[in-house]
Amino acid sequence: MKKHSHFLIAGLVLSALVFAFIILGWFWTPFDPMKMNGAVRESAPSLEHLMGTDKFGRDILSRVMKGSGFTLFVALGTVLIGTVAGTVIGALTGYFGGWLDEALMRIGDALSAFPSFLMALVLVSVFGAGRNHLLLALGIVFIPSYARIVRTEFARARNQNYVKSAKLMGASTARILFIHILPNIWPVLLSAITIGFNNAVLAEAAMSYLGIGVSPDEASLGYMLSDSQSYLAVTPWYALGSGLVIILLILGVGLIGEGLKRRDL
Amino acid sequence: MRYTAKKIGTLVLTMVLVSLFVFLAFSLLSGDAATRMLGTEATPERLEALRAELGLDKPMGVRYVKWLGALLRGDMGTSYQYRLPVAQLIGERLRPTLTLTLMAFALIVVVSIPLGVVTAKYAGGFLDRTSTVLGQFLMSVPPFFTGILFTYIFGLVLHTFVPGAFPQWEDGAGRYFGYLFFPALSIALPRIAMTVRMLHGCILDEAQKDYVRTSMSRGRSRGNILYVHVLKNTLVPLVTFLAMTMAELVAGSVIIEQVFSVPGVGRLLISGIANRDAPVVQAVVTLVSFWVVVCNLAGDLIGRRIDPRLRTGEGGRS
Repeated sequence: MKKHSHFLIAGLVLSALVFAFIILGWFWTPFDPMKMNGAVRESAPSLEHLMGTDKFGRDILSRVMKGSGFTLFVALGTVLIGTVAGTVIGALTGYFGGWLDEALMRIGDALSAFPSFLMALVLVSVFGAGRNHLLLALGIVFIPSYARIVRTEFARARNQNYVKSAKLMGASTARILFIHILPNIWPVLLSAITIGFNNAVLAEAAMSYLGIGVSPDEASLGYMLSDSQSYLAVTPWYALGSGLVIILLILGVGLIGEGLKRRDL
Repeated sequence: MRYTAKKIGTLVLTMVLVSLFVFLAFSLLSGDAATRMLGTEATPERLEALRAELGLDKPMGVRYVKWLGALLRGDMGTSYQYRLPVAQLIGERLRPTLTLTLMAFALIVVVSIPLGVVTAKYAGGFLDRTSTVLGQFLMSVPPFFTGILFTYIFGLVLHTFVPGAFPQWEDGAGRYFGYLFFPALSIALPRIAMTVRMLHGCILDEAQKDYVRTSMSRGRSRGNILYVHVLKNTLVPLVTFLAMTMAELVAGSVIIEQVFSVPGVGRLLISGIANRDAPVVQAVVTLVSFWVVVCNLAGDLIGRRIDPRLRTGEGGRS
């Protein structure tokens, strides 16, 4: 257990830093992210502007802080929808089994073969632009993967002695499902959440990079990357700054996931 | 036989569900497809006429069956935005997408299999640890960001290729593949990391088994056991994994085509979605689901060919 805990520690430290950076951006940024300043257009990273400025003289660090807030918001919302809905569906189908379980899992199997990213693209185009729609679309698309993991665990727990004895003692089904079994599958769920979170960040970034599901005033990191590409020759630091935050965010949570997995072995 | 039938059943279900899903999704919107084509100032009569022409006045079930029937005959309908047959639009864009996907797949196979084997052979060593850390990092970099970096480094600084100027096949195979190499590498990198990790884990698991210890005790060398026995037993999960990778590379291609301005099916899909061009999106998504299904089936069948044990399941007959 001790051998690999440095993955977990590195992940926790990195994630804490990145989350602090992003959450700070919700309340405070060094400059107004929308304010154009003609005096400092296209300036390279300096002490005053740590990530430089863009074509309009806007401070990139401030924009990245603001933008990553949108990305984080969507990713957390997606994980919340996916986990809650997936856990409820997985718990019920796994514990009770039966034809509904069979049918849902068949459908889940069939759909899971298809790249979820493309599914989300189609859903977003139906829901329309805006980050709440994006959040909803990604959340729905990720439900089956959580449901599958949770279902397997509940189906296994159903026949274990602690569940049987809880039943004999007269515990209600809801109590057995969520007070007795759920805490036991927590480690599995947690590692699914870290993977799901990273997939959500990637999907959100990719989606807003493609310009689908975003409005320009909600400039998330992906949107900024796509914007930065037009000015790549002039202000390469714009792309670098936006990309760096995505990478660090995913790397941190990925390390936590890897650390958890190795600890469980 | 029964196994194969069941497998094909699930796969057909995949295609039907995906196509139904996309169809339903777009039916909810396509009511205003006529409005969008004619503008908001069109007269109600003309709108009605266009809806009838596009078949939008019929109930959804009827439209789905009609669309499916036409698709099976190879007729994918007409694009709203281009006013051209969808089959033609896709046909013109298939080559870059396929080339890109296959190049990425080749890169994954060529790089990750040797790397997975070597890191497993020297597990715990310097190379293994470096590749674990590097892999974790590579998995965190979104392919489109890698693409932007490559555009900057190889396009703008080193001038290896001209960003945005996609060479036609007729311009020569060298330039064609040279341009597509960078997008292919961008989507391959995180997948290489995943494949190495997966193969590495499989080999180490397999090496724990009793027969490996027995072989060791009979005096065979580690290398011999690894190459003769262990690798053979990791082939099936590897093939399954690679088949899945092949299926998912298409989704990666959709994004990376946008980064490198590759005129492929992915860009067609994105422009279709942005303009709510239902026939285009339905056709492309259904085609992708077909690709996914074929990849999975191929992976499965190859796996069963490699490992006879898989063929004896399900009542001992196959």
